Order: sequence, then structure tokens, then C-alpha cells
Amino acid sequence: MAEGAIGGYFKRRVLAVQEFSDLMGNALRLAFTPPRYLTDLLYQMDAIGFGSLPIVLLTGFSMGSVLALQTYRTLANFGEVGLLGQAVSVSFVRELGPVLTGLMVVARNSSSIASELGSMLVSEQVDAMRALGTDPLRKLVAPRLYATLLTLPLLVILSDIVGMLGGSIVSVYTAHLSAEQYWTAAYQALDSSDVFQGLIKPVLFAPVIAVVGCYCGLHTSGGTEGVGRSTTQAVVVASVLILVLDFFITKFLIGIKFA
Amino acid sequence: MPVSPAVELSNVWVFFEEKAVLSDVSLTLESGGTLALLGVTGTGKSVLLKVILGLIKPDAGEVWVEGHNLTPLADADLAPYRRRMGMVFQEGALFDSLSVFENVAFPLREQGMRDEAAIEQRVREVLGFVEMEHAIDKMPSELSGGMRRRVAIARATVSQPCLMLYDSPTAGLDPVTSHTINVLLAKLRDLNSVTTLFVTHRLQDAFTLANYVYSPETRDLVPAGSDGVGRAPVHCRFLVLRDGKVYFQGTSLELARSEDLYLRKFIA
Repeated sequence: MAEGAIGGYFKRRVLAVQEFSDLMGNALRLAFTPPRYLTDLLYQMDAIGFGSLPIVLLTGFSMGSVLALQTYRTLANFGEVGLLGQAVSVSFVRELGPVLTGLMVVARNSSSIASELGSMLVSEQVDAMRALGTDPLRKLVAPRLYATLLTLPLLVILSDIVGMLGGSIVSVYTAHLSAEQYWTAAYQALDSSDVFQGLIKPVLFAPVIAVVGCYCGLHTSGGTEGVGRSTTQAVVVASVLILVLDFFITKFLIGIKFA
Repeated sequence: MPVSPAVELSNVWVFFEEKAVLSDVSLTLESGGTLALLGVTGTGKSVLLKVILGLIKPDAGEVWVEGHNLTPLADADLAPYRRRMGMVFQEGALFDSLSVFENVAFPLREQGMRDEAAIEQRVREVLGFVEMEHAIDKMPSELSGGMRRRVAIARATVSQPCLMLYDSPTAGLDPVTSHTINVLLAKLRDLNSVTTLFVTHRLQDAFTLANYVYSPETRDLVPAGSDGVGRAPVHCRFLVLRDGKVYFQGTSLELARSEDLYLRKFIA
């Protein structure tokens, strides 16, 4: 009895992974064949990209400032306060920018995608769409996936910039470095591998953020209560996947000696 | 050459996990005819409509629509057939984020219509048919239950389907609004010769649609075939589902005269 239950649990988990991969693969593939929903794509880019801008900028600035404050204390012990710009820029561009932005976009968008699609599912709007001859994958999933894919790297770049800006303000007013000293150290510390690592991560995070939201939304069951459950599940699963994925991307890039 | 039935189901089975939701269901609906699908809640009526539309695949059996076997077709290949059918869902299932105009225009745009003037003309025409033109710019959240159903009927009929499926179109509505919806159903059926399959809990609605026709003169329902002015009788059949199985198939008269205890209880 217990064995059966455990077996059933693992079967469901494996099936979920298979369905998730199918959903992602099909949504990516559909962009190459008509019909394409460009208006929906632009709408989603506005909602996901532009809509996330305030929270991403605020988080980036705040974390950049805090990072500079914390690092300053450590560097001061070794008399290396001049490396503050380097410490902030490398940490932000390689790690904090992509991960923080990814998590903020998860909190804001995976949840909203899951709740929107979940509500559409329980009120039979998804069935109505199919009944009218429209593929929900093309109309609902693909625009959200590509909108996230196109806007997340841009959000990460902006987050990196405001993060370093926050660090520079702390450096000037707390560590009493000159702005030129800070920005020169920050700029010289970065090389192409840092920028590559910082930009490849959002490209790989984006499908996870969008498709987890879509998957959870389109697998909602149990009415409005189920919509709440799907929303929570989307945020938890996407956040965990981003942290796990980040570890493996970093490990892989270090392994091939690219980073 | 014999005309294919509008809908034909043969020995259809649908399982949800281990439970049979539809068991060996067979039915035939002739082109231009009306079928009233009755049964208590949870007996598989809505599932049956979704099986006809191809939204749910049967685990066994075949579904034929206008002579085409839809059973082996993939979702993408079903689109052209689905566009020849109109479905009105229980609560209307209007797209919340779109206005009434955009909801009704949705199927036209999906079919590749790009001429905005032609789209607006057709949308106004069909909203006029359901007497909802005044609400063209409203959002679904601003509409009452009856208005939502009427817009849903407009959306389902804007592409001029030859088969209409209604899932409890009068559920939860007051008697006056229910009558308005019934008049619309009969109007579509009698003026546009649309084959009609409707699910209902309300036996009164089923008998109304079986025995009345739409009169363009009075813009209301009049008794079918009995007024001496040449109104054709309605070819309406009744099908009662019980626990996913076909329990009764016949005319309204046969249902009314049945001595079966379950049916007597059901129609009481």
C-alpha cells in the first residue's frame, strides 16, 4: 500500500517534469511557425519587463549599497578599501544582478502568470479559446515565454548598473573614496567572461520563470482555492529552480575555465 | 447521396483516472435537428459536449461531426472543425481582459480576418441579433449573468457555425432572462437552420425548445406546427444520461409518457 503510494508520487513527479519540458519545448518551437501573436508579445513585454522595472531597480540599488557597506568593513580590516569598486562590480555582474533580478521577476511575474492562467482555466476561458480554434500554447504561453526571454537580460543590465551606482554612493560618502577611484576599479575588474556569465544566466532563467508560471496556471484544479495554490507553487518552484540552476551554470562555467 | 448526421457518437467511453464518466454512449443528431441533453449534476453532460468539440479525447469509441471522424485528430488539426461549431459555456467563459467587442471579434481575427470595418460590421450585426449592441464597449465584469450568456452566444455564432452546443445556457438565471435566452436559441435554430445540442437541468426549457418555434413577427416563441400558418414542427429529441450512461432517448412525448420510475422522478 505504502509502496504503491510512493510509486504513484514519483510517477506524478516524473510526469510533471515531462509535461513541463514538453510545454517549454513546444512554446519555444511555436515562435517559428504562424500564427504569431505579436500584439500579445508586446503587451507581455510591457507587463513583465517594464512592469518589473521599479522593483528590480529598487532591489538592485538597495543590494548594491548594502553590499558596499558590508564589504567596506572587511576590506578596511586589510587596508584595501580601494578594491571596493571591484568587489561590488564583480559580485553584482556575475551573481547578484542575475539572481536577484530573477527572483524579483519570479515573485512578480511567475505568480501573476500562474494566477491569470489558473483563473482562465477554472472559468473555462482556456476551453473557450480552444473551442474557437485557438491554440492556448501559442496565444498564452509563447508570448509570455518570449517576453520574459527578451526583457530579463535588459532588466539584469539595469539592475547591475543601479547596483554599482548604489555601491558608488556608499563608497563616496562612507568609505570616502573618490567616484573616479570607485568606477575605475569597478570597470577594470570586469572582463568579458564576467559579462558573459552575467548575461547567460538571465537567458537561461527566463524560460524557467515564464514556463513554471504557465505550467502551474494551466494545471490548476480545485476552483479559486486551486488558483491560490498554483500561484504559491509557481513562486516556490521557480525560485528554487533559479537557485539550483544558478549553481550549476556557475559550476559549469568555472569547470570549462570560462569564468 | 445520403446526408451525414451533424453529430454521431458511437460507443464512447471517457475515464477520469479510474472512474468512467461516460460509458458506452452512442447518439445521432441529424443536421438541422435539436437534441436536449438531460441529467442530474455530475452525470457527464458537459463532458459529452467537450468530447464532441474534441476538448476531451474519448478513451474508446468514435466521434463523427458532419461525416468527419474527429477521434484520431490532434488538437491543431481539430481547429477547422471546431470553427464550424459554436459552444456556449455554462458561465459564458468570456475573456475577462477583452471588451465585449473584442470578445465577439476574437473568432474573426483568429480566422485571419484583417479588415477592421468588416469585423466591426459583423460584430455589430451579431450583437444586434442577441440585442446587446448597446454593451459593445463594456467589459465582461460589467455585465449581468444573462448579458454574459447573450454575448457568449454572439461570440459563438459570429463565424456562422452549423452546429451550436450549449452547456446549461439558462443555469442560475431568473425566469425572465431564461426565457430571453430560450428565444435566442430558438431564433438561431429556426432562422439560421443551426443544428442545436443543449444541456439543461431545467426540463421546462427543454420542453419549450421542443414544442415552440421562433416567430419573426412577434419576436417571441409560438407553438410549433399547431397554429395553422405552416410553422414546421421541431425535430427535437431528448437524451437522458444517468451515471454516464444513456438512460433514455426519444421524443418529448415519449419522455412525458414514460412509466419508468427514474424518469418519472426526473420530470416531476
